Amino acid sequence: MKRLLLMVAVAVLAAGCESMPKVQPWEKGNLAKPEMAFDPDTLEARFADHTYFSKEGASGGAGVGGGGCGCN
Amino acid sequence: MRYEKLLVAAGAAFFVGVVSAQEPGKPAPAFDLPASSAQAVRLADLKGRVVYVDFWASWCAPCKQSFPWMNDMQAKYGPKGLTIVGINVDKKREDADKFLAGTPAKFTVAFDTSGKVAQAYQPKGMPTSYLIGADGIVRAVHVGFRDKDKDELESELAAALSASGRK
Repeated sequence: MKRLLLMVAVAVLAAGCESMPKVQPWEKGNLAKPEMAFDPDTLEARFADHTYFSKEGASGGAGVGGGGCGCN
Repeated sequence: MRYEKLLVAAGAAFFVGVVSAQEPGKPAPAFDLPASSAQAVRLADLKGRVVYVDFWASWCAPCKQSFPWMNDMQAKYGPKGLTIVGINVDKKREDADKFLAGTPAKFTVAFDTSGKVAQAYQPKGMPTSYLIGADGIVRAVHVGFRDKDKDELESELAAALSASGRK
């Protein structure tokens, strides 16, 4: 009995979030909302990014592509 | 020995909930959904026609780009035996209606608010389209929509129509 419990516990732990229902590509409506973006203001973010890479002397690598629809 | 069992249990847990996606060569899952027209859309009723099923959502930008193309294709190939069914996966019908007010659809639009049909087709992104031959078998699956995809998609449509014996 103890062994069985341990097995179940390990299985649940090892699976982690895998055992939770996944957000499917067709359920990403909320994730695609503008307020879910990392930067609320695109223009300001680009401005800040420009300042950053001008100081840094290198550009890119600051973000990820895609709009949450899994189509990239 | 004991750990082997644990490993097997853990491994099995990883695979729980994995559903096989729709692929070319498999029969297309049936659906029966409320549509923009008064009548419901049933895949079974479309037997003998080439059906282009497109999963879309109001929050998906490439979907918006695909609508004018699908309107064109419906107009061009509709009389030759093509039916385009745009299945909306928004949880709220109002969101879809708002989208449709700005982006008119001249093809059949169905509403899958519960996501049941999406569950059966397992689209990997938005939009995903399934080209179903007149025999009810999935011929092609296409994820996303870009302008450069148009020609390839159209030639697939034309090939499906000529394979169905209609010209």
